[in-house]
Amino acid sequence: MKKTATDVLPAEGGLGNDPLLSVEDLHVEFATRAGLVKAVNGVSYTLSAGETLAVLGESGSGKSVTAQAIMGILDMPPARIPKGAIRFQGTDLLKLSEEARTQIRGRRIAMIFQDALSALNPVFTVGWQIGEMFRVHQGMSKRDAEKKAVELMDRVRIPAAKQRVHDFPHQFSGGMRQRIMIAMSIALDPEVLIADEPTTALDVTVQAQIMELLAELQRESNMGLILITHDLGVVADVADKIAVMYGGRIVENAPVHDIYRRPAHPYTKGLLESIPRVDLKGQDLYAIKGLPPNLLDMPTGCAFHPRCPYRQDNCVTSVPELYEIDPNRSSACHYWREVLDGTDE
Amino acid sequence: MGRYIIRRLIQAIPVLLGSTLLIFATVFVLPGDPIAALAGEKRADPTIVAILREQYHLNDPFFVQYWNYISGVFQGNFGRTFANVEVSEIMAGKFQVTLNLAMTALILEAIIGVGLGLWAALRRGKATDSAILASTLVLISIPTLVTGFVLQLILGVQLKQSFGIDFFPVAGISEGWRSYLVPGFVLAGTSIAYLTRLTRTSLVETLRADFVRTAVAKGMSRRRVVGRHALRNALIPMVTYLGADLGTLMGGAVITESIFNIPGIGQELFRSVYERQQPVVVGIVTILVLVYILANLIVDLLYAVLDPRIRYE
Ligand SMILES: Nc1ncnc2c1ncn2[C@@H]1O[C@H](COP(=O)(O)OP(=O)(O)OP(=O)(O)O)[C@@H](O)[C@H]1O
Ligand SMILES: [Mg+2]
Repeated sequence: MKKTATDVLPAEGGLGNDPLLSVEDLHVEFATRAGLVKAVNGVSYTLSAGETLAVLGESGSGKSVTAQAIMGILDMPPARIPKGAIRFQGTDLLKLSEEARTQIRGRRIAMIFQDALSALNPVFTVGWQIGEMFRVHQGMSKRDAEKKAVELMDRVRIPAAKQRVHDFPHQFSGGMRQRIMIAMSIALDPEVLIADEPTTALDVTVQAQIMELLAELQRESNMGLILITHDLGVVADVADKIAVMYGGRIVENAPVHDIYRRPAHPYTKGLLESIPRVDLKGQDLYAIKGLPPNLLDMPTGCAFHPRCPYRQDNCVTSVPELYEIDPNRSSACHYWREVLDGTDE
Repeated sequence: MGRYIIRRLIQAIPVLLGSTLLIFATVFVLPGDPIAALAGEKRADPTIVAILREQYHLNDPFFVQYWNYISGVFQGNFGRTFANVEVSEIMAGKFQVTLNLAMTALILEAIIGVGLGLWAALRRGKATDSAILASTLVLISIPTLVTGFVLQLILGVQLKQSFGIDFFPVAGISEGWRSYLVPGFVLAGTSIAYLTRLTRTSLVETLRADFVRTAVAKGMSRRRVVGRHALRNALIPMVTYLGADLGTLMGGAVITESIFNIPGIGQELFRSVYERQQPVVVGIVTILVLVYILANLIVDLLYAVLDPRIRYE
């Protein structure tokens, strides 16, 4: 008998109170010539159906690597996951066979990438690429798959979808290409959608339209959305909660409004202060001093201590755990109280 | 597309004129008198020589000779040899033989080169990969002459004597398509090595592309990711190389044909240069230039078929 991967997969709809997706103490490292790059050092976050989690952090903080670990698209080797769990409706994805993971990928957890031009295959029509989801995963015929592709292109509001289904990626504008990526990713109604900086490559007006589209699709289908970005401005409108990453760790977890009003980690605070603000026009922009940590040689104690204005002696020696501030909030700072109090309401 | 082809063919005319002029001039300045050569060892009668020289326009200025010749070529007339045989007649049968040889080489090149290249790419960094890369280096560094004679000895002589296997004819073309196998392989030798390396590099690079990661994220099987998404892109440089190589192979046939005694245009070219059969030499080179030009045109057209980003107007 042919073993089907679905036997071992989590049931659709989820089990009881388990969150849709939870990442627990995830570690990812890369074996490189220069040494072991510890890109992710104990990331934990959860996502429920219908919820939008924004993952924030400067370049190199491990946002994409975490997402790729969830998708299971890291090249192993050089990547290795020495520790951690990724539970999808209760099942640890890291314990599944490659075959079982292929069943989840694209169908139930889908991903959108930053640069749609390079992320789409240049030699196939967009219709072929969207339709492939139906042909391969559902055994649909070419014609039906193409019909579905047109429907999806309509749904992500690509004008004249019926004619354009035979066009190639390079014949579309940047925003339209990202819409095609989105159409492809939502083709099979995934429960989780990971969008890795989906608007970074686009100009500002188009960015807003794409974010609006994502939010709308998410409302309609009740999927969980992980939105990776380093743009705090984008986040405020769409996210329910935020996970801030620094040096491969989560430094702060919080509902979106709390974090804007009262950050509980010095790094988050620095990030917020570096957003350009209309009311402070003309003043110099605040920038966090110092450089991002060297992943080959992480600072001892709290990875942020060399740049932190709140630093005390124990920050250099002991790694702060994620302290619970309230049931929805946590901060990986020994002095989170001081940081909280130091911000005006 | 049609306009593009026509434009390319028109562009080919100066290339054709230039290359034939060059070869015509080269043959023109070669020492020795073709009419004297016609008489062999004996001294020819001066009056007959004078008549023949007149008959073949050998006393005309160089450019007049060239003009007479090239205007004939454009009407499909490659002239006559000094022994009064139609050059096109000489070339017709021999061209087919060389084409057979070159096509055999091309097919072997495609099968072996692409096969080894893909194998190496999929085993990148492993022992198989290193072994394949090393053997391509060996193949590149050994001259055709050596591979030719060694294979002739092993396959043609030793295999027959020691094991009674006589599957690979190594001289002449009396055994049909089988006659072309060993010479074809020898002719393709270095090209196989280059194509192997090109295929490997091309696939390895493509496998790193973002769209390959997308295909994986879409839940496609490894087989489909490599065989459909990556290979289709990696194919572009491979096909380009193969197409352009057809001309090179036809040109390279001179040596291979002499080793294996294959009566193609390569051998004929060799003999004609030796015998100062000016019209034959120029005729063969003209044909080879034409093949080059056509092969390159076909490659460019294929390119547009394989890569939708390229459009020809
Ligand atoms: N294949 C790899 N080999 C070695 N190091 C890697 C590899 N992939 C990622 N890294 C390292 O892991 C670290 C985290 O990378 P990641 O792409 O997750 O950052 P990011 O937070 O997404 O940044 P960005 O905002 O620039 O996208 C980086 O320092 C990067 O150099
Ligand atoms: Mg990233």
